Amino acid sequence: MADTEKKPFLERAKESQVWKSIFRGGGVPKSRRQRMMAVLNSVFLHLHPVRLPKHAVKLKFTWCMGGLSFFIFLILTISGILLMFYYRPTIEYAYTDIIDLGEQVPFGIMREVHRWGAHAMVITVWLHMFRVFMTGSYKPPREFNWSIGVILLLLTLLLSFTGYLLPWDQLAIWAITVGSNMARATPFLGHEGPGAAMLAIGDINFVTMGSDVRFALIGGRFMGEAALLRFYVLHCIGLPFIIMIFMAVHFWRVRKDGGISTPV
Amino acid sequence: MEAFKDLVNTFSSPTILFTVTLASFFFIFPPSDWFDKWHRRLGLYLLWTKKGFIIITIGMLGFFIVGLGDANFRSIVLKPDNVPISGLIFLLFFFTWLSMRQAYRNDERMEAGEKPDEYYEPPNDKALVWPDLVYVEFISLILFSAFLMVWSVGLPAPIEEPANPTESPNPAKAPWYFLGLQELLVYFDPWLAGVVFPSLIIVGLMAIPFLDRNPEGSGYYSYKNRKFAIAMFMFGWLILWNMLIIVGTFLRGPNWNFFGPFEYWDIHKLEPLTNINLSEFVFVKWLQTGLPDNILIREMWGFVVLGIYFVILPPLLAKTLLKRFYDNLGSFRYAIFVVLLLTTILLPIKMYLRWIFNLKYIIAIPEYFFNI
Repeated sequence: MADTEKKPFLERAKESQVWKSIFRGGGVPKSRRQRMMAVLNSVFLHLHPVRLPKHAVKLKFTWCMGGLSFFIFLILTISGILLMFYYRPTIEYAYTDIIDLGEQVPFGIMREVHRWGAHAMVITVWLHMFRVFMTGSYKPPREFNWSIGVILLLLTLLLSFTGYLLPWDQLAIWAITVGSNMARATPFLGHEGPGAAMLAIGDINFVTMGSDVRFALIGGRFMGEAALLRFYVLHCIGLPFIIMIFMAVHFWRVRKDGGISTPV
Repeated sequence: MEAFKDLVNTFSSPTILFTVTLASFFFIFPPSDWFDKWHRRLGLYLLWTKKGFIIITIGMLGFFIVGLGDANFRSIVLKPDNVPISGLIFLLFFFTWLSMRQAYRNDERMEAGEKPDEYYEPPNDKALVWPDLVYVEFISLILFSAFLMVWSVGLPAPIEEPANPTESPNPAKAPWYFLGLQELLVYFDPWLAGVVFPSLIIVGLMAIPFLDRNPEGSGYYSYKNRKFAIAMFMFGWLILWNMLIIVGTFLRGPNWNFFGPFEYWDIHKLEPLTNINLSEFVFVKWLQTGLPDNILIREMWGFVVLGIYFVILPPLLAKTLLKRFYDNLGSFRYAIFVVLLLTTILLPIKMYLRWIFNLKYIIAIPEYFFNI
């Protein structure tokens, strides 16, 4: 029968129109040209250049901290989306939903993944900054990208900070209370900040407990429902949206500024 | 054993810990040739050798293992949110060691007239992203994912009692990465510790490429040609950022009192605080006239002191100690540099003024929330 002549299934699949429409370049890249095309033809891989200085692939030079930061961001996005299925940002439900995440959801470790991932991301972002400083990679022409990186560091801390409130337990609410009480003392903009009393006409103060930056941050005079909703929206939509824009610029500029820094 | 614990408790009090660190820091990370000379003479460069790594790591591991036998130590270190910070201590040492070792090796190579280790001859020495980089990334992702899974299964995320706005815990701590700033609240008012200093940290970090105009050391690890820049960064990063976080996390207990790592967090520990302001020093203690009614006259000494510090001192430094920087940076960049530098130095200065003289504020105008 003709069937004995038949090629293995995988090879036949690779010759099909469907396979060829998805994967260009034909098979495992072996030649130098094919390997370069593998990077160029992939929307994900072509974040990278096709070739790099040899130290750029050495762990002892890069520590892989920038890449890991981005990877953890992806883990946090995915685990965060899963958490959003269960979690309701109201004083009534938030705490019990968090308890249920561990006790009712099968394999309920998603909150752990999210929390420890967040801690890890803060650390990897710090260490990435440390590496970039130690290799002098902020020097011209990369000054601007260093500044973008500092903003990304700030946004990472803010993302972690806003997420800290969401479990709505004693740890969360008091940590955020301590943190957001600082806003009260903002010069001119906080009602206990220096200069705020000067922003007044006669007896009418413009900056009061009901109109300062802390009020804007937590949506009220006290930590409550509005604060939880604001932090939730910032944590799930607002800050991720902003950080993704800055990340895009950061990655783009790494390429545009000549790739990873090298000795002259 | 108890004697050892007492010794560690005493040694880790902020005054001693900070003084020892401050006194030794610039010999470990020399900012100038003079310090570098002593760095070599004292043999401190041995820290960045393999032997140095093994000895310090074993020392730290030993300390943790011995410490875990103590109930007080255990209760702080094994608190779920504090576990990553214990890890951070080891990571910090490892990566500082790794970068310094590569820096010293490159310094030696360049002294011998060779190129740094990272040097490559374009285009021959290039690696292909597929498979060389993709493979490294892939392995890193798998290993990290496995690590995170193990961590998540092994250590449940903390959850305490439901939020209760009427009952504050003691101590109430900010998220761990802000504990360095919370530690500064001991010495400064919230508008400085919580608003101005964080803003200056962000601005200062962003200003680094524009203030460090030394073209050497870009794209490879090195120390010799970048002594001052690296020493200052290390001081801010290791001491003012990470060490204060570690102190705030592990050594601050109820009422934000200091507790040694082996000390019981006694909620009734009393630390007498009789801090007084500079104006009270001058008018009440020395002149014995009582505080004047006019705020500006009352606080004029503070304004004079800070005026000298931030207005008179910079031009003097530009002509003497920092002449090299002034010539290199020009007046505008120098002004920014010197303000950032003096503000950084103000932190330890204020700490010592507090510890030695119980000084509360240099300028104290609580009427307008303006206290420095």
